[in-house]
Amino acid sequence: MTEQKLDFEQAISRLEEIVRHLEKGDLPLNESLSLFEEGTRLLASCSTMLDEAEQQVVKLRKGADRRPVELPLEDE
Amino acid sequence: MERETLSVTQLNERIKSLLDGDPLLGDVCVRGELSNYKIYPSGHHYFTLKDSESTLRCVMFRPNASRLRFRPESGMCVTAFGRVTVYPRDGAYQLYCSALMPEGTGDLQVAFEQLKAKLSAEGLFDADHKKPIPAIPKRIAIITSSAGAAVHDMIRILGRRWPAAKILLLPVRVQGAEAPAEIAGAIRYANEFDVGDLIITGRGGGSIEDLWAFNDERVARAIYASRIPVISAVGHEPDVTISDYVADRRASTPSNAAEIAVPDQDEMREALTSYSIRSAQAMRKRIALLRQQLNEMARKRVLTDPSVLLDNRRLDLERIQDRLLSAEERQLSGKKQRFVSSAAALDAMSPIRVLTRGYAIAQDDKGCVLRTVSELAPEMPFELILHDGYADCRVTTVHEGEKHDGTKA
Repeated sequence: MTEQKLDFEQAISRLEEIVRHLEKGDLPLNESLSLFEEGTRLLASCSTMLDEAEQQVVKLRKGADRRPVELPLEDE
Repeated sequence: MERETLSVTQLNERIKSLLDGDPLLGDVCVRGELSNYKIYPSGHHYFTLKDSESTLRCVMFRPNASRLRFRPESGMCVTAFGRVTVYPRDGAYQLYCSALMPEGTGDLQVAFEQLKAKLSAEGLFDADHKKPIPAIPKRIAIITSSAGAAVHDMIRILGRRWPAAKILLLPVRVQGAEAPAEIAGAIRYANEFDVGDLIITGRGGGSIEDLWAFNDERVARAIYASRIPVISAVGHEPDVTISDYVADRRASTPSNAAEIAVPDQDEMREALTSYSIRSAQAMRKRIALLRQQLNEMARKRVLTDPSVLLDNRRLDLERIQDRLLSAEERQLSGKKQRFVSSAAALDAMSPIRVLTRGYAIAQDDKGCVLRTVSELAPEMPFELILHDGYADCRVTTVHEGEKHDGTKA
């Protein structure tokens, strides 16, 4: 499903668009229904993203090849 | 020799371009005594700077004047920053002053104003160079000291508001001689390896000396060159550094930067709830409307009583029949009319009718109508038909041409 690849920001703007369409009520019923279903799935996945988010904090150090290396913050 | 004659405007423009081409005059710092200091209702300040031998006309426009931290008065000794150029209308040069400092201000403050004026003239603070801050950043690079309270405040607030954002700390020294180069280097490094979609750089409060790294030209230029948007968060609310002017967004404190950088998850949950309610309401409304339309249709007799359909059909049939009949009638009466008039025309043309008016028809013995004298010969028998009978006749003589009394032969 393509909508699984949306990040939070894209999901939110798609949701805004869906709600706008539904409130305008200008689409055929079957399209409205499939938008409603898409919106419901997006709402669920956004809520899940929020619920499962766990803050990740790393410290960057320059590696031997100059590329960044991630280290745990508590290291210091 | 012909000498070139200039208009006054041309001459003033020439002088103006000479002055505008001089780098020192474009960014000058001059000390003198204020005199004739006037504040116009427009908010612009007009004054003269003088020393024992000379005077210099000066103007400070409202945006700069409103940033003055003291009230300038005639008689004060000050240092003024700005550029010198010609005001062509008056043919007079003057100092367009961007900042004023009373005598005795510290060297750092003077340096600050000088750098600020210089970078401002170069366009480093231009609003149209500022990049938008991402609404929901995924990776935030924090360039600050890993020791101070500032970094922990930021991590705590970011974690509370939006834990989905990954935080990448690039530890640097934020004070001391090495600090500016480290901060500028970290900003460039973050861009080179694309470590985040937002940079926050800054530090907690301190003295003007403590904050000084963020007034360094190298830091300012690194922020300006950053492709990744930068939030500057230095010291407390009243502290304003050069970094704040160059950054895409100024935060009053590091904690404020964390609040600006990410949305609040509680607000986001509320927004999601409202989307959910709104879309459900919209669907309910839609379905209620459809049901109402359905009910209206169901109430119509056609659907409740099928005989209505037949009745209607019957009525339709009758209507069609009526129309057919009347069309037939119209056609018939038209035909009758035409018949009557044709009959009348036929009657008028009938030879019998002609004969009653005194004409006669001559026929040869085979029954052919004689039309010309050339068909006649002496002694030829023929038949003369009148309207009420006929006579057998014989030709005596034949004459061609008209009869002499003028009537036709």
